[in-house]
Amino acid sequence: MTAMIEISDAEKSFTMHLQGGVRLPVVRGVSFRVAAGECVVLSGPSGAGKSSILKMIFGNYRCDSGRIGILHEGEMLDLASAEPRQILSVRRATIGYVSQFLRAVPRVPAIDVVAEPLIATGTSRVEARERAQGLLRRLNIPERLWALPPSTFSGGEQQRVNIARGFISDHPVLLLDEPTASLDVKNASAVVDLIQEKKHAGIAIVAIVHDEGIRDLIADRTVDVTTFAAAA
Amino acid sequence: MVEAPDAPMHDQPLLVAEALCKNYGRVTACRDVSFSLYPGEVLAVVGESGSGKSTLLQLLSAQLAVTSGRVSYRMRDGVLRDLASLGEAGRRFLFRTDWGYVHQDPALGLRMAVSAGANVGERLMAVGWNHYGRIRQTASSWLERVEIDVARIDDAPRTYSGGMRQRLQIARNLVTEPRLVFMDEPTGGLDVSVQARLLDLMRNLVGELGLAAVVVTHDLAVARLLSHRVMVMKGGQVIETGLTDQVLDDPHEPYTQLLVSSILPP
Amino acid sequence: MNAPTYNFAYLDEQTKRMIRRAILKAIAIPGYQVPFASREMPMPYGWGTGGVQVTAAMLGPSDVLKVIDQGSDDTTNAISIRKFFAKTAGVATTTHTEDATVIQTRHRIPEAPLHAGQVLVYQVPIPEPLRFLEPRETETRRMHALSEYGLMHVKLYEDIARFGHIATAYAYPVKVNARYVMDPSPTPKFDNPKMDNSPALQLFGAGREKRIYAIPPYTTVVSLDFQDHPFERYRFDAPCALCGAEDAYLDEIVTDDKGSRMFVCSDTDYCEGRQAAGHRGKESAAPWEKAHG
Repeated sequence: MTAMIEISDAEKSFTMHLQGGVRLPVVRGVSFRVAAGECVVLSGPSGAGKSSILKMIFGNYRCDSGRIGILHEGEMLDLASAEPRQILSVRRATIGYVSQFLRAVPRVPAIDVVAEPLIATGTSRVEARERAQGLLRRLNIPERLWALPPSTFSGGEQQRVNIARGFISDHPVLLLDEPTASLDVKNASAVVDLIQEKKHAGIAIVAIVHDEGIRDLIADRTVDVTTFAAAA
Repeated sequence: MVEAPDAPMHDQPLLVAEALCKNYGRVTACRDVSFSLYPGEVLAVVGESGSGKSTLLQLLSAQLAVTSGRVSYRMRDGVLRDLASLGEAGRRFLFRTDWGYVHQDPALGLRMAVSAGANVGERLMAVGWNHYGRIRQTASSWLERVEIDVARIDDAPRTYSGGMRQRLQIARNLVTEPRLVFMDEPTGGLDVSVQARLLDLMRNLVGELGLAAVVVTHDLAVARLLSHRVMVMKGGQVIETGLTDQVLDDPHEPYTQLLVSSILPP
Repeated sequence: MNAPTYNFAYLDEQTKRMIRRAILKAIAIPGYQVPFASREMPMPYGWGTGGVQVTAAMLGPSDVLKVIDQGSDDTTNAISIRKFFAKTAGVATTTHTEDATVIQTRHRIPEAPLHAGQVLVYQVPIPEPLRFLEPRETETRRMHALSEYGLMHVKLYEDIARFGHIATAYAYPVKVNARYVMDPSPTPKFDNPKMDNSPALQLFGAGREKRIYAIPPYTTVVSLDFQDHPFERYRFDAPCALCGAEDAYLDEIVTDDKGSRMFVCSDTDYCEGRQAAGHRGKESAAPWEKAHG
């Protein structure tokens, strides 16, 4: 299978200048590959650096060293050394990221929050909204909420809007940070179905999932993040 | 500096700053600033008052002469030209057509005693529009886009609220479909609720029109919502730059960390 | 006849040379406002000090001077300026447009067509047409230099938005020689077409503002407008009550304290000339004519 993600020897630490320049090592020697259609689940206790690795793959955290290779428009691009414009282009076309929390934009209705990534890549507004409706329905968001801004929704509803927004595009790489964390069984299984569909469509997925049942349902492989623990 | 327009436009920078410096006597307001801005890209310049960000905006928009360095702009013919070589007529023409400038104080960007319709229509008349009906029609549709009741088209902006004035200023700037907009603290001095509405509007317009923008702000929330990239300035220098979420979520420089840690939680 | 203590036409020769240089420059750049070192004159600002200085610099001993104020030869302002030059320059004066070589005017252009060789000198209060929209002189000068005249249409736009038509009735902006936008002084827009392609030389003097500008003979002068709101020279509802003229600019005259009024030519010379030639309006039957005629 084609490798969509190729990480080699990536390292990340934080230097806390406001705390007297304390250096907090996060991860070191991160190396793994993810193929198209494969779902890799990062495992390890809280604080092991799972979310940091996702953020490094998304280009949100900058690496101290190493490579984050992403197959973008037919070429392996190293996000660790890419220009901001290239990272933006990768995010538009290649990597989708579902964070734990929805960063809601004031006044924008839920349906448009979900449809926006598609519109941004050139899909017509009508078609994007139709697909957004389909996803919101599958994730059991009542229709009466679609026209309201999600900032007024409950935590679980916001998370499902967030998932719908993350799953609407056809990005070949998807990063999921606790997608089922605050969901009930019914909604969690809807998300598992969505993930399975993505895998069948050849999407490479890196996920953080604490629920072992769900992990077993979606994971092709797990990568133990504790092996990347950076010595303090 | 002339180069042939062979590559597609969006792969070529729209605005290029090379080693910009500005001194006032012995005081350095801006030191060695270089960057390229691409079509459709929004760059936020953040920093405290006195960090040189407003000076930088004036240098970029050719309102202030550089002490050394160069600002170049890719004109609609695809050629990148040194702004200093354009001459005043050329620079002022850019300002009426291909550029916008949104002031913090709308009174500086609007004609306060002239009706909203004429405020929006002025740029059209300046480029030779000579049909009242069409000018008014275009002004109306822009008022709608910035969510101003068209019934207020004949009222002067001095009768408008602060938020409306700012939205009118945006309409006045965007009516000629510029490719680059400079914004100086566009939400400064507005109530928080009014700010949110304005930011949302600007974000949509920038996206819909594919505008490039340089936004000077001390408000990191504005930078996060509007911009793709951030430059952090301190003492006239750029101390950190990168993708907006990189710089705000993973700040490297001590000063940036201080700025980020100073944001009150929402 | 010259008052012994004054130089010919009041101003000293050096001052007149300075003003003539400004006039020559103004003629060379039609519509452009040339700054000049305006002098104190023995009359207050607002009484035509700019026009008087231009006239003084222009006059020669053989000139024949006519002075009108809102078309009239017999108002205080017109008479005092006419007497001023009669006294200081000893030139011949006239009220007949036809006979004059120099006509100084406040707020009107005579109805009778001007001919080649005549000079029309306008008194100008505020020479800058952009002034009320753009208060900065530095900025208006740049706008003229770079032909940035969008702002002038803003004023006309405002008129239409407010009144449904271009309501500017005097000091109606014009473009001279397809280059400079110019304030024609507070003449009614009725007179604007007379400026276009006129065989006479037109000079404008603003004393307080220290500017001189000019329209050379046979120069194109276009009144600004919109395609869908073209410039219109308004018409009056009735002819002149005295001479019956239908093509002249009329003044409203209140005739008693009961609200009666009549409309008569503002150009007194034109009106009198027509009456002398036998033209009559509905109010023109003067009592003596009824009694004696």
